[in-house]
Amino acid sequence: MRRRRVVVTGVGAVTPLGVGAQLLIDRWAAGESGIEDGCGRCTAFDPHSTLSRKEVRRSDRYTQLAIGATHEAMEQAGWLSGLPYESHRIGCVLGTGIGGIGTIEVEHDTLRDEGERAVSALAVPMMMGNAAPGAIAMRYAITGPNWAVVSACAAGTHAIGTAARLVQSGEVDAIVTGGAEAPLTTLATVAFARMGATSRNGVSCPFDARRDGFVIGEGAGILLLEEAEAAAVRGAPVLAEVLGYGATADAYHLTAPEPGGLGMAAALTRCLADAGVLPAELHYVNAHGTSTPLNDRVETEAIKRALGEHARRVPVSSLKSAIGHLLGAGGAVEAVATVLALGKRVAPPTLNYEQPDPELDLDYVPDGPRRLPGRDEAERVVGVSNSFGFGGQNAVLCVAAG
Amino acid sequence: MSSTTDTRPETVENVLFDALAAMGPERSAITRTATLEELDLDSLDMVEMAQVVEQAWNIELDPQDFSEVTTVGEALDAVLARLP
Repeated sequence: MRRRRVVVTGVGAVTPLGVGAQLLIDRWAAGESGIEDGCGRCTAFDPHSTLSRKEVRRSDRYTQLAIGATHEAMEQAGWLSGLPYESHRIGCVLGTGIGGIGTIEVEHDTLRDEGERAVSALAVPMMMGNAAPGAIAMRYAITGPNWAVVSACAAGTHAIGTAARLVQSGEVDAIVTGGAEAPLTTLATVAFARMGATSRNGVSCPFDARRDGFVIGEGAGILLLEEAEAAAVRGAPVLAEVLGYGATADAYHLTAPEPGGLGMAAALTRCLADAGVLPAELHYVNAHGTSTPLNDRVETEAIKRALGEHARRVPVSSLKSAIGHLLGAGGAVEAVATVLALGKRVAPPTLNYEQPDPELDLDYVPDGPRRLPGRDEAERVVGVSNSFGFGGQNAVLCVAAG
Repeated sequence: MSSTTDTRPETVENVLFDALAAMGPERSAITRTATLEELDLDSLDMVEMAQVVEQAWNIELDPQDFSEVTTVGEALDAVLARLP
């Protein structure tokens, strides 16, 4: 039996480049950065603009960011005037790396400083990693399958892949998916710094010889996926099609990627096979590109291993150069950006790429946005988005637009 | 918040109404006769409210003290009954 096709009918993003998916792609394509003072903060996001006072009080920032992005995606897809499918036929699967860590830290401080009786009754429902999909279900009354995916910096991509599978299999007709993260807290930032993962100079320069770690950021990216025929029947806007998904594990080290890029390459190969796309048919690679010495070298190896000769022709760029690393929201925001980039037929640039690393020899799009080729305007453009998590968890998503 | 010894009903009412207003409802909608349901307040909010009272008057309350409460007035009476 042919599996059902999955299309993207709405996207939303809250990122250090601003509130809005269009703002994200336009500003990134223009080479603008949202990184300030060594981190990617969503300074333009006011939770009260979307959430009620009660919702704000009862949610961690990670959930607030998720709701902000969801609202935008639903508005675009025309869901706010009424759900387009029966409520139980709509699911929600969101990724996060660490969920409500800001709440955990605040409540732990309260416990230590003021004692047990001062700890909030809202602590658990705010800090749990499934708070955001739960809040979205309540807010929009969607009663289909609902859970969170936790796989560090690959969580957003794993969530979207899992969500697409639910639509393909017929378990749901539509699904809210993506990821959210709010890790700009004392413990999270210090802990990443202590393990040597974050940049000392505060510059995100993926694939550049000067790269010395990632720049931590916060945000959320949301995609609404619908079964293609149902979406066509209701006249939904179709931004892209989800063609495939692949996931593997390195089974190698707590944090370091397997140095040959075998696990990453296998995820990319699986994804292309799932999509029915040949390496030579790929127009764009949205890299994980963290700006850490190890990731960018091994990811380059993996792209070569999976794509062969085509690796040298396909443009590869990293959104993290413009907004930093949003951990569990990273893959989700990058999927949103990939969908919109393909729709505009451009490969946005890798910012801050100035000193090539002799070992890293792909086309990282250092010189402004690149027009994506395609044989003609009628041909759709195909891209992949890579995400790799501490723990050796690899996920790749393949989408087509145009 | 530092604790106080002022247990006059109007003082307690003010502290309680302010605490409830911080949880979502409009301050003007909070009256003795308003039900918790009308104000979209639930058992988690009652725990939060009890914590405000505990800190304001330096007492310990039992969450069970509010398990039967359905209106703001009943919540206020439950608090007043437990203040010294």
